[in-house]
Amino acid sequence: MNFADVVFFLFAAILLLAGLRVITARNPVHAALWLVLAFFTAAGLWMLLEAEFLAITLVLVYVGAVMVLFIFVVMMLDINLEELRQGFWDFLPLAALVAGLMIVEMVMVLGKETFGLVAPLAKPENYSNTKELGRLLYTDYVYPFELASVILLVAIVAAIALTLRRRPGLKAVDPAWQVKQSREGRVRLVNLKPQKPEYKSEEEDE
Amino acid sequence: MSVGLNHYLVLGSVLFAISVLGIFLNRKNIIVLLMAIELMLLAVNMNFIAFSHYLQDTAGQIMVFFILTVAAAESAIGLAILVVLFRARRTINVNDLDSLKG
Repeated sequence: MNFADVVFFLFAAILLLAGLRVITARNPVHAALWLVLAFFTAAGLWMLLEAEFLAITLVLVYVGAVMVLFIFVVMMLDINLEELRQGFWDFLPLAALVAGLMIVEMVMVLGKETFGLVAPLAKPENYSNTKELGRLLYTDYVYPFELASVILLVAIVAAIALTLRRRPGLKAVDPAWQVKQSREGRVRLVNLKPQKPEYKSEEEDE
Repeated sequence: MSVGLNHYLVLGSVLFAISVLGIFLNRKNIIVLLMAIELMLLAVNMNFIAFSHYLQDTAGQIMVFFILTVAAAESAIGLAILVVLFRARRTINVNDLDSLKG
């Protein structure tokens, strides 16, 4: 057992522990923090598999953006934990049966199966995972790449449109309405005849 | 015993089973349900990257890239729906969301 194997087993143990704590943590904030640990550990495992770019992306995108969003939302909502925890373990027998069966089946199928694949030789020194991914993304996978960007745009628009609060009776300027105004709607010319001032009442007094 | 492809595949499937367990247990709490889905996607990504490494084919990593993109979009929209839901009903308990009488 060399060093990489020890690292693998250590990280796998941490990852499984963090995963178990995510689903059993009492407080959703703790669950989110355990999920952060799971993502960090998975990034370490991906480093072992020489997927450097994706490992960094996982930390930056998931830990840096998605999990922060999760924690924001969890802390913003005022959740009644007791109500949510009621009957938490009710479905444990069924759930354990399903999950246990899945694990047993997968271990039976995959436990010894390596598909005839052995660990590849080390890459040459000037090999860059990021460069290779970039080359593929902008050549073979350029249309899926564009589609992914459209999906992100849709996500932005949808998230803003969903959470936008429209307040009626808000006193705000409407620039479009302001620009549309013409002289005709605003200025009225009145043709007044010249007339003498009226001093009648004073003259009558004298 | 040195670590091979099967170790990564078993790790991925155990992680997937844990998140299935989480969906069963946290059936009332939408936030933790979303987290369990994220964990599931992580398990799937682990398989993709392991195969990509052992087959020496970078296409698997491209696939993970797209899964990450879609998962980020999914969780952003999911959390937005959650916020709107909480604003309207003052609860995120799945049991209270029964206005459709399904």
